[in-house]
Amino acid sequence: MNIVVCVKQVPDTTAKKELDADYRLNRAELDSVVNPFDEYAIEEALRLKEAHEGEVTIVTMGPPSAEDTMRKALAMGADKGVLVTDPALAGTDWYGTSYVLAQAIKRLDYDLVITGMESTDARTGMVPGGLAEHLGLPLLTYAAKLTVGDGTACINRQIPGGYQEVEARLPAVVSVVKGANEPRYPSLKGIMAAKRKEIQTLSLADLGTTDHVGLDGAKTHVAAATPRPEKQPGELVRPDTPEEAARVIADFLERNKFI
Amino acid sequence: MSADILIYVEHEGGQPRRLALEAASKATQLAGEMGGRVAAAALGANAGGVVERLSQYGVDDVYINESDVFDQFLTDPHVEILAQIVQDMNPGAILFPYTADGKDIASRLSARLSSGLVANVVDLEPHDGHVDARETIFGGNFITTVEVRDSLAPAFLVRPNAFSPEESPKSATVHEVEYTPSEAARRARKGARVQEEGAPTPVDEASIIVSGGRGLGGPEPFALLEELANAVGGVVGASRAAVDAGWISYSHQVGQTGRTVKPQLYIAIGISGAVQHRVGMQTADSIIAINKDPDAPIFQLADLAVVGDLFKVVPALTAEVRKRKGE
Repeated sequence: MNIVVCVKQVPDTTAKKELDADYRLNRAELDSVVNPFDEYAIEEALRLKEAHEGEVTIVTMGPPSAEDTMRKALAMGADKGVLVTDPALAGTDWYGTSYVLAQAIKRLDYDLVITGMESTDARTGMVPGGLAEHLGLPLLTYAAKLTVGDGTACINRQIPGGYQEVEARLPAVVSVVKGANEPRYPSLKGIMAAKRKEIQTLSLADLGTTDHVGLDGAKTHVAAATPRPEKQPGELVRPDTPEEAARVIADFLERNKFI
Repeated sequence: MSADILIYVEHEGGQPRRLALEAASKATQLAGEMGGRVAAAALGANAGGVVERLSQYGVDDVYINESDVFDQFLTDPHVEILAQIVQDMNPGAILFPYTADGKDIASRLSARLSSGLVANVVDLEPHDGHVDARETIFGGNFITTVEVRDSLAPAFLVRPNAFSPEESPKSATVHEVEYTPSEAARRARKGARVQEEGAPTPVDEASIIVSGGRGLGGPEPFALLEELANAVGGVVGASRAAVDAGWISYSHQVGQTGRTVKPQLYIAIGISGAVQHRVGMQTADSIIAINKDPDAPIFQLADLAVVGDLFKVVPALTAEVRKRKGE
């Protein structure tokens, strides 16, 4: 069973984020990592590969430096990578991203596409839907558990208070939640092996399309951005009794319409 | 493009969820300013039950289809019927709740229609005959203004509590929508729905979090936090220190390596406020901290910082809250 995992390179979560003149994230100064949510997707693919045999291909859309991030996924045990990179991709939105990823995936032989549920930078959670639509496939999202057998993917979809079983015939797109598994740490052997694994680089010309990409290709346009004001320090109180503390807090809750 | 505003209604037991009433209220305001009608779409068993309440919140037209295809299959039939509805309506905006189903349906629909979609919407306003959105990005560190162009049905995933429900009574007209699902609509079949014993609302979805840290000293005091959480209508969270110590399970963990938290209210109890934890909860609208150490770093972030003994303050607070709520 061949599996594609879509992996995004994102800035390290703790880094302070700044916007440039186009209101795009200024990525230059930031350390890049595998989107933490995608680690669960990679792990899920590797587990399925161990059970069913086949290949795991990492597909990423990003700048040339994304190759370094892809090596980390290969070091975990994925077999090869496809990097779609092109200067014209800068500023591409969720729709363009899902479209471009789909064009790259269509060139591959696969049974299942696994993604993380969202990225830590954009946090929209919309790419899996766009991807499934562009590939013409069923979409099983928020999988806390995934099993594959008899040409069918079956998930436990996380819902408040529990889960919902959902299944679809392969090929399908599945997004997994944080905590669906415990992503493995690459071994030293894995890291060394990753250096020799193939990462194919594709440009938009190779995909034969320039639709929907870049700032101009987007249907949404950021017209302005305001930073959130720095939080002001609040009020410090030292009540004499627990009852007084309770009253002060309850007053605050009432003022702010929590009770 | 018309000035009509469409809302996608999630419902439970024949009643619209609060998110739908929030959206309806904002849609009423927008449609009023733009000169359009407010429409709502509700699908699946008992969908017709939503009409009365939606009427109270300003909806003019409710589009209904109660076929069980919407309950048996995930996303695809919903996308299919909405695509049909918007072809005729050409709405100025569709409002979706920012929930798992909302995201799936909105993204598939917008991709199918090649139409713009904005996530994490915290406000909407009319602008030159279009609807612009305010989107929160980078964990609330920036708010952007987003314009949607060249779209059959500009769609917006609206965050909970972005809008307040406001009554605007009307007498809604019900439209039964004729719809025949395609083969493709039946691809993702739902099976059993399993409630997990005592499984709480996931920490990252809660709007009120009562969180405990190292100051609790062990697992038992989390029972006090549970009582308080029940009283205020929130969930119990925990710092990494408390989880690592084995006092409570990882699913409750808040903070940089746990879940990123964007609640309306975060009560930090016995938590010192180390950097990792602060990054996780910094975007809470209101933070109350209870700690016996007046120099605890968390007091820098708190809107209300209370120096006190949590073992006494928390039960006292629970009692006071219950009293004020008339329980």
